[in-house]
Amino acid sequence: MMATLGITALVAGVLVVAAFEITRPQIEANRRQVLEQTVLRVLPGASTRQSFVVSADQLRPLHNGDTDGAVVHAGYDHNGRLVGIAAEAAARGYQDIIRLLYAYSPDCECITAIHVLSNKDTPGIGDKISTDPAFLANFRALAAQLNAERSALGHAIVTVKHGKKVAAWEIDAISGATVSSRAIGKALNDSAQRLVPVLQQQLTVLTRAPRETP
Amino acid sequence: MTPTEKPKTETPPLSMDTFLQGIWRENPVLVMMLGMCPTMAVTNSLGNALGMGLATTFVLIGSNALVSMLRKRVPGTVRIATYIVIIASFTTVVDYAIQGISLALYSALGAFIQLIVVNCIILGRAEAYASRRPVLHSMVNAGGVGIGFTLGLVLLGGVRELLGSGSLLGFPVFGPGFQPWVIMLLPPGGFFVLGTWLLLFNWLRGRQPGVAPTPAPVHDHGR
Repeated sequence: MMATLGITALVAGVLVVAAFEITRPQIEANRRQVLEQTVLRVLPGASTRQSFVVSADQLRPLHNGDTDGAVVHAGYDHNGRLVGIAAEAAARGYQDIIRLLYAYSPDCECITAIHVLSNKDTPGIGDKISTDPAFLANFRALAAQLNAERSALGHAIVTVKHGKKVAAWEIDAISGATVSSRAIGKALNDSAQRLVPVLQQQLTVLTRAPRETP
Repeated sequence: MTPTEKPKTETPPLSMDTFLQGIWRENPVLVMMLGMCPTMAVTNSLGNALGMGLATTFVLIGSNALVSMLRKRVPGTVRIATYIVIIASFTTVVDYAIQGISLALYSALGAFIQLIVVNCIILGRAEAYASRRPVLHSMVNAGGVGIGFTLGLVLLGGVRELLGSGSLLGFPVFGPGFQPWVIMLLPPGGFFVLGTWLLLFNWLRGRQPGVAPTPAPVHDHGR
């Protein structure tokens, strides 16, 4: 009996490890490719990207295995000019955590695009946050200006009820998908409050980057 | 798989029926009503249905083969635990394989890939078939059941995607004027479509001479 169980466990272990080892390079390549595509999608005009790690109030280029802090991706156009910065944000939605990538433009101090990475909310209702044109229009120039001390956002990004948007930092919710819309607002606010002060402070590192590290 | 191959022991000879019974007479979705959790959850598009069906088929064939190989050595008292370990290994293999093939499909199928481990179709096949039959029989039968499961999922997924999104495999079918029937993507739509297919299949089976439209035999596999 022990021998049989041992053999079974051994075969199972070998199978799992073999599958892991065989597929790992392909999975990593897929992850990189998906990231590349989504980063360049939220940063139209960018042709190359470079990743940085933001921790406390530091910003440094991303090296392999460095996961101490939030990862942001700076996109540059053909001339090496900074187009914008893509960062990941997440918040609790209706069913599960909604993860998204957003683009921040240091020039206009605003959020210029979002792309939902994972969303398990109700198909046809909650998933409108990635398709509804009126909702996505919120993120063409969503204000994310810093306050006078440059320590946090001057106005927190909030989601307001459908049709009630008046200020540039407000998100007009989708009627019927309020919970999912609010999650986007919360995710953006949480992330931007933390990242934008550092990004603005370290802007020279970001704009210099493509010339220093080819 | 030819009919001339001789079976080794008392098991009936390997025939076309070994393969076909899982597709038609004992179709897991449309006749046996097994594996309803993934059936309902991932059939909101044809692509997801196809991916889930093929993943389950692979786990079915692989685990049935291994269970059948070990059938004379596994003690009865620990057989369920052994089957679960075997099924879990193949599920993990599929999990990695799908991540390697397409991350979009992987995130669409979500937790239901890992939940193949507790899919009652697979455990049911291991317990009721592979633990008593030779390897080749088990694999052929598992292939049939897997294709039957895939067929069931594809029938549901195709109709739900067509009506709920107006597309098939992501390609628009009806043109821009089509108003998607969103409820078809939601759980109620799954039940509507399943009910309609069951109606059609029971009616078809009832029309066959000599086959009474009896309900499927009761298989209590937990869910």
